[in-house]
Amino acid sequence: MTRRIEINPVTRIEGHAMISLHLDDAGLVQQAHLHVNQLRGFEQFCVGRPFYEMPALMARICGICPVSHLVAASKACDELLAVQVPPTAAKLRRIMNLAQIIQSHALNFFHLSSPDLLLGMDSDPTQRNLFGLLQSHPERARDGIRLRQFGQQIIELLGGKRIHPGWVVPGGVNEPLSKAHREQMLGMVPDALAIIERTLTWFPPLLDQFSAEIQTFGNFPSLFVGLANHQGTLEHYDGGIRVMDSAGNNIAQWLEPNHYADYIGEAVEPDSYLKSPYYKPLGYPDGMYRVGPLARLNLVDRCGTPRADAAFATFTASHPRPVLSSFHYHYARLIEILYGIEQIELLLNDPDILSEHVRAFAEPNRSEGIGVSEAPRGTLIHHYRIDGQGLVTYANMIIASGNNNLAMNRGILQAARHFVHGTEIKEGMLNRVEAVIRAFDPCLSCSTHAAGAMPFHICLHAPDGSLLHELWRG
Amino acid sequence: MTMTTATPTTTTPPPSSKPRLATIWLDGCSGCHMSFLDQDELLITLAARADLVYSPIVDTKAFPENVDITLVEGAIGNAEDLAKILQIRRNTRLLVSLGDCAVTGNVSAMRNSFGVIPILERVYHEPALLHPATPQTDLPALRERVCPLHEVVHVDLFVPGCPPDAATIAYCLDALLEGRMPDLSQHTRFGK
Ligand code: SF4
Repeated sequence: MTRRIEINPVTRIEGHAMISLHLDDAGLVQQAHLHVNQLRGFEQFCVGRPFYEMPALMARICGICPVSHLVAASKACDELLAVQVPPTAAKLRRIMNLAQIIQSHALNFFHLSSPDLLLGMDSDPTQRNLFGLLQSHPERARDGIRLRQFGQQIIELLGGKRIHPGWVVPGGVNEPLSKAHREQMLGMVPDALAIIERTLTWFPPLLDQFSAEIQTFGNFPSLFVGLANHQGTLEHYDGGIRVMDSAGNNIAQWLEPNHYADYIGEAVEPDSYLKSPYYKPLGYPDGMYRVGPLARLNLVDRCGTPRADAAFATFTASHPRPVLSSFHYHYARLIEILYGIEQIELLLNDPDILSEHVRAFAEPNRSEGIGVSEAPRGTLIHHYRIDGQGLVTYANMIIASGNNNLAMNRGILQAARHFVHGTEIKEGMLNRVEAVIRAFDPCLSCSTHAAGAMPFHICLHAPDGSLLHELWRG
Repeated sequence: MTMTTATPTTTTPPPSSKPRLATIWLDGCSGCHMSFLDQDELLITLAARADLVYSPIVDTKAFPENVDITLVEGAIGNAEDLAKILQIRRNTRLLVSLGDCAVTGNVSAMRNSFGVIPILERVYHEPALLHPATPQTDLPALRERVCPLHEVVHVDLFVPGCPPDAATIAYCLDALLEGRMPDLSQHTRFGK
């Protein structure tokens, strides 16, 4: 007899989802699906609205990474205006984007994933959370809270508000950086650096305890996609799209972001509101690719800041690239946090950073604009068309976590096959399946911008599709 | 006569006397929950004052009984949201609409003027898509109209803001945990 197991909702992730697993007579997992249950319809309801509303409106796609949407939306609007953003404004946007990446990575690593890493995948589910961690590992939990706070405070000092700041606008930003705020941010840097360096000493030795998870948490060949620059260093704001295969060959060195529709296709699956993007030249589903921190580290020669370069060298010495196990998104996130803090410090010390010329003004000069940036979870694309009055006639967004949809589904199947079997399903088995999703760190709020938010649901079915067994945790 | 001994025979901890707090996100952007987390170090104090019995950041799968305070982010957007809010109302003493989406529908309700079918067609039936079709397997149906919480259940406290800032959330929780209704007039307003 076959069984279906549902993990609903998937917890400690950013959004709504359910996982379903289908087991055969022998208790082996045949299928695993990630169902994303929310859809909100941003593509539709922005139609008819003025283009300059887009950054603030699109930020409401996601409260976890609103800055990413502000940046991509504003870049698409810069194109509509056909203006050159003042160099200082571009640097200020970069700072805010990096602060966003730091706070989001800290949230995933400390608040959501470290309970699995520090307490164990099989630990008591009632304690396996940030509050349990405050009891058992108070220093680690406080470090996580403080590091996330660092990113959020920078966003607030720049934009006046931690979540949904209105400061990034078409043509630049709407207020220059004050000297006092710059000093305040620089003053916070040493503490943040100390936290991440501490984390980079205790985390890598833990990896030995997770060899089975490293083997099976989405560990397979795929393409890797992300923004690239000409220096071969990490790039989160500008540049071209690079595509690498699982042997490490750049099969596309520099694709124009504006032509994304030529090389990225989107497929619809019947059981998820989340669409499945793929790299068109390889077709569907062979064009499956991964984005985000691990993909970005696979794509570069080095990070581009001294301490992050050293951490990167340590990581790559023991993990030959391209790194294929999605478990290592965790490690990649930590290295990116370190890079982000160093890069923010460099940008704050830029001689022009206090310049008051931070915005270019114009009427719309083009009818179509595409803006691309690297969000915490990967490449984010906003695409708008407007009419003669500047009203939006079409909007499309390819959302960072959505890019990983195919790989996440394959990853939960791989982990479920390894860990979930037999007639007695244990909580820790299912927690591992969820932990695959945590490693990818999807932002489900974002990903189903179209219709709604993303619930996670894991189901386990018999070959005939019947539901054999439901396990609810709680 | 036998003496009863005080030595516990089981390791089950005594039931906590702390207030039971829950948070949930329905049709929103997670921003109100991020603002909850923006309480930063105050979270440590909060953990000492209340038990977080259900939340996206803890591993409880089913909404528990006898919850003292539930903070609800987001509007009612699909059939599942409706089922959840009805259950939350039954199991909760004080239900708080947290943020403009819960309070008014806000951005989540902007799809109302278009209707569900045109939105699904726009999103899943574009000619450029591979396998264009409306997903419906194992998914909750979208409601024709997204609505705020108080349209379907009684709400005890409205906390507007998009999102309400962390200080406002901390101020509310402080008052509620002390058994008072907070006066929010100086702290937040619609659209803040
Ligand atoms: S009120 Fe604002 S921050 Fe809260 S869920 Fe709605 S859009 Fe997001």
